[in-house]
Amino acid sequence: RDVAKRARMSSAASSATRAGSLNGRPGRSCIPIGPHVVLKMIKHYQEEGQGTEVVQGVLLGLVVEDRLEITNCFPFPQHTEDDADFDEVQYQMEMMRSLRHVNIDHLHVGWYQSTYYGSFVSRALLDSQFSYQHAIEESVVLIYDPIKTAQGSLSLKAYRLTPKLMEICKEKDFSAEGLKKAMIGFEHMFEEVPIVIKNSHLINVLMWELEEKSTVADKHELLNLSSSNHLEKSLQLLMDRVDDMSQDIVKYNTYSRNLSKQQQQKHQYTQRRQQENAQRQTRGEPPLPEEDISKMFKPPQPPPRMDTLLIAGQINNYCQNVKEFTSQNLGKLFLAEALQGHNS
Amino acid sequence: MSVYGPVVKIHPVVLASIGDSYERRNEGASRVIGTLLGTVDKHSVEVTNCFSVPHNESEDEVAVDMEFAKNMYELHKRVSPSEVIVGWYATGFEITEHSVLIHEYYSREATNPIHLTMDCALQSGKMNIRAYVSAPMGVPGKTVGVMFTPLSVKYKYYDTERIGVELLQRTRDAPNASSGLTSDLCQVGKAASRVQDMLATVLTYIEDVLSGKQGADNSVGRYLMDLVNKVPKISAEDFETMLNSNINDLLMVTYLANLTQAQIALNEKIVVL
Repeated sequence: RDVAKRARMSSAASSATRAGSLNGRPGRSCIPIGPHVVLKMIKHYQEEGQGTEVVQGVLLGLVVEDRLEITNCFPFPQHTEDDADFDEVQYQMEMMRSLRHVNIDHLHVGWYQSTYYGSFVSRALLDSQFSYQHAIEESVVLIYDPIKTAQGSLSLKAYRLTPKLMEICKEKDFSAEGLKKAMIGFEHMFEEVPIVIKNSHLINVLMWELEEKSTVADKHELLNLSSSNHLEKSLQLLMDRVDDMSQDIVKYNTYSRNLSKQQQQKHQYTQRRQQENAQRQTRGEPPLPEEDISKMFKPPQPPPRMDTLLIAGQINNYCQNVKEFTSQNLGKLFLAEALQGHNS
Repeated sequence: MSVYGPVVKIHPVVLASIGDSYERRNEGASRVIGTLLGTVDKHSVEVTNCFSVPHNESEDEVAVDMEFAKNMYELHKRVSPSEVIVGWYATGFEITEHSVLIHEYYSREATNPIHLTMDCALQSGKMNIRAYVSAPMGVPGKTVGVMFTPLSVKYKYYDTERIGVELLQRTRDAPNASSGLTSDLCQVGKAASRVQDMLATVLTYIEDVLSGKQGADNSVGRYLMDLVNKVPKISAEDFETMLNSNINDLLMVTYLANLTQAQIALNEKIVVL
């Protein structure tokens, strides 16, 4: 028993020293995750999340100096229950209280969500992540992609909002000027934080046992050649987003055209005014009062830029995924060619 | 091992959680207990989830926080309504008298609960994951007792779970017991090298047989035939055309993706101007 405790402390100590020597960016080193967290997330999606439903849950852990460690998680029930506001807060509170009794870290350090083909950049995600990050600076959202995982390799990524975006969300200033000031492009919205899976020594022992005992045949899905299905779906989603994007662009174009038309009208109006005033002066009449032109010409509403930014981010994400997928498939095709080459 | 009763199928997530709660136990506690959740089938019990329950154990008495257990079960039920209590687990090597009491409590919650033990202290050098079910024994009417009969334990994985477990096994082999998640071509490369290793093993076996060092085994020979026949025989031109069209598709998609990315980057710059 003491062996296990000592092992745990030594693994924690070694992870601390390791993190110090990892990448140079301050405060952005890897996030260690316990192995059972990974398995729990996988199981949660598998059991409750078939189809395009998104499953969510809470991550628990500790914050060590400025580093985050994820040590446990629990799932959230689906939102489509009859009692709509079903007391999520109460569920969470009760869960955390109970977990505290069994010595599980009860600090809320983030949340996780499953995604469908990589489409997770949405307003809802932004809002939730903002509220988490506001409370705890280091919190992350873990995105688990079950479809990519089923293709052969665990796809788990941790994201955090960039400080610039945090500023904007705090001000709630989503207008074009606000975003321009902060110089946020779609690439600077989320930053990815690398994840590391940290096995404790006990889990290592467990893994050895499982390897001996279980007779699951290796299925090698990773080397599967069929790609068109996945590619089709990804491209479909990409096309939808691009459509959204183009609608947004059209809106923005009309807005800027209206704006410039209005400028012209204002200009004309002021000119006419000045002309009339000049005429009146020559005739000796009092000049017309200066009217407030801004009240007469109400400027058109600028379209919100935040959605465009999100759509751009989402498109970027899709493109990245598609490129990764195609590069993998090219490799596989060349493998197949090599195999055929031997035969013929 | 006599198999009386259902087969127990355990998911690795349960074992990982038990290991973790063992590591977090209170000072002085020698073992941890908890509830097992899952589904019951006609001939098997599938254990898919678990949570630990605080308890105090001393020489002559044991106290289990039953309120807590009930609460946790309710909470878990909200997430996965199909899971029921199927038994309980305890870390440790032996079954003590206290286990009998606890088992009685669980028999009230579930019909025929199973008891899982996992030796986290590695007393016998292994983890010894075992499952038991209780059976009454003794002289009827006089002294009755309870006997724990062992059940056969199998491990069941969902596909995605298996991939997760593979990653954990790779982590186990890594020097610092930690591993990042690789991406792209690295994974294909690794999978290919795995296949290569397997082929190398098969080749050495064949060489041995050919040179007479090992006796030929007919069943292995049949498997080898299957293996060689599995590579489809396609004429060279057909294969060329198929390969080329696939490669063209992939290249086109890559090109489109790059184009889209360039487009949105450009759009970004123009708007900001």
